[in-house]
Amino acid sequence: MLVLSDFLILGAVLFCLSIAGIFLNRKNVIILLMCIELMLLAVNMNFIAFSHFNGDIAGQVFVFFILTVAAAESAIGLAILVVLFRNKNTINVDDLDSMKG
Amino acid sequence: MTLAVTDFAVVMPEIFLLTMACLVLVIDVYLPETMRNLTYQLSQGTLIGTALFIVAMYPTKPVLAMNNMFVSDQMGALLKLFICGIVFMAFIYSRGYLRDRNLLKGEFFVLGLLATLGMLVMVSAHTFLTIYLGLELLSLSMYALVALNRDSAQSSEAAMKYFVLGALASGMLLYGISIIYGVTGQMDLAAVANAIKADHEHHTALVFGVVFIVVGLGFKFGAVPFHMWVPDVYQGAPTPVTLLISSAPKLAAFAMLMRLLVDGMQHLHADWQGMIIVLSVLSMAIGNLVAIAQSNIKRMLAYSTISHVGFLMLGILTATKTGYAAAMFYTIVYTLMSLGGFGVILLLSRAGFEADKLDDFKGLNARNSWFAFIMLILMLSMAGMPPLLGFWAKWAVLSELINSGFMWIAITAVMFSVIGAYYYLRIIKLMYFDKPEDTNPLTADNDMQVALSVNGLAILFLGLVPQGLLTVCLTSLG
Repeated sequence: MLVLSDFLILGAVLFCLSIAGIFLNRKNVIILLMCIELMLLAVNMNFIAFSHFNGDIAGQVFVFFILTVAAAESAIGLAILVVLFRNKNTINVDDLDSMKG
Repeated sequence: MTLAVTDFAVVMPEIFLLTMACLVLVIDVYLPETMRNLTYQLSQGTLIGTALFIVAMYPTKPVLAMNNMFVSDQMGALLKLFICGIVFMAFIYSRGYLRDRNLLKGEFFVLGLLATLGMLVMVSAHTFLTIYLGLELLSLSMYALVALNRDSAQSSEAAMKYFVLGALASGMLLYGISIIYGVTGQMDLAAVANAIKADHEHHTALVFGVVFIVVGLGFKFGAVPFHMWVPDVYQGAPTPVTLLISSAPKLAAFAMLMRLLVDGMQHLHADWQGMIIVLSVLSMAIGNLVAIAQSNIKRMLAYSTISHVGFLMLGILTATKTGYAAAMFYTIVYTLMSLGGFGVILLLSRAGFEADKLDDFKGLNARNSWFAFIMLILMLSMAGMPPLLGFWAKWAVLSELINSGFMWIAITAVMFSVIGAYYYLRIIKLMYFDKPEDTNPLTADNDMQVALSVNGLAILFLGLVPQGLLTVCLTSLG
């Protein structure tokens, strides 16, 4: 039988993976976008688990909103990515260093 | 689950703003290029209308609406009025710059209005859900605005950095919210506060959630060590967008911090206080020290923003009502100064010339002594010279800090302010004692010149009667 902590550990592992992905990845901006999605999904896992085990529906409603906002967010992220590629001809994270100081 | 007509009356300013933003979007599509000014006028009209609605609905006591999703109180109403006013001024300052660069399109105004709507929702949020939705509406509009200049490599790079770190911040904030929701079982901030007060066995889990929430807030404010995006975004974004990002959203971020940490989690204040102390001391140190090394004025003002954020957090960490009022006063004063500072950069820029280097301010006094004087007021106020408004803001925060017994933090804050004064005074030296390298006359629109003068003089004259604004802040907190 699965208990609450199993879901929370899964959520925490996914969350840590996504944070590690954002900070360790030095190659490709698209991987950053994937990590951001993964992070929101990890949060969703938490919300659904709490919602189920607390017997409160509000958490699941929150998840629908997060999913919708995540869709809008990736739309904007990909749009910025297209603009970036047109201007710099690269989506390598290491090349995003024109500003320093 | 029923909605009364009175519920809609409470959210009228937001409904009006949303309707008008959609209307401006549609109208702009059908406008010929020669009538583009109508979009601008409609947007300004919308902001004035929203402000009038806010004044008309000005609450005497907190009113909840929309199944407790939304709260209308005096603090919210005051912050909303300032947000509308500052976006209004920002649009006036931006028009000439955008026109010169062929960016004067409906997108800027529509996204600006939607960002304003996001800020208003954040200010009035009473559940985790409304806070999140308001925050995302603001952030998503801002990401798009930073990339407004599609052909600039620097802008798109800044937009990408802003997007990734902004999304990371939202993720952190959400993770913290999910933990708090899990422990308390509530979304409503008042209910969360009660549940935390009654709870004695899950203290560690609650603190775990609060850590993530503070990290998320730190990212959104741009406090050290979560400040990496601030300088790059300020430098890379088109100056009108930098102006928008650096001013009004700070008011909304302050409101979000108040709603989350004070309304929702005041019983955990012993736990978040320490985190805020670390954030604010580091912000003041890094902000003021690194700003000295900058040669780009937008980047320098970015580090100056970081140090101001550190300062305003000092008011919050006292966890007293007068401390919150001082922090609110500081935030309002900071947004006015930041508005003026970026306004002067916009005034100096013209087609093909950005005026974003410190050297571009050389000999401004010889070119135009009136706006050199306005910039003098703004810089002295940011540095905290009496009797300007910036001094009274620092004074209010420091006296609250000392009253609450944080003497060593107050001394640190003063020390870093003195270090910070150096780079503000350097601009004054460049303006008054150096020879101009660029002798082109300033060619700004009359409305912008009037607005900028009013902005600068407001800082001078409000500084002569500082009690007024501070008392308003104090009474608005109830």
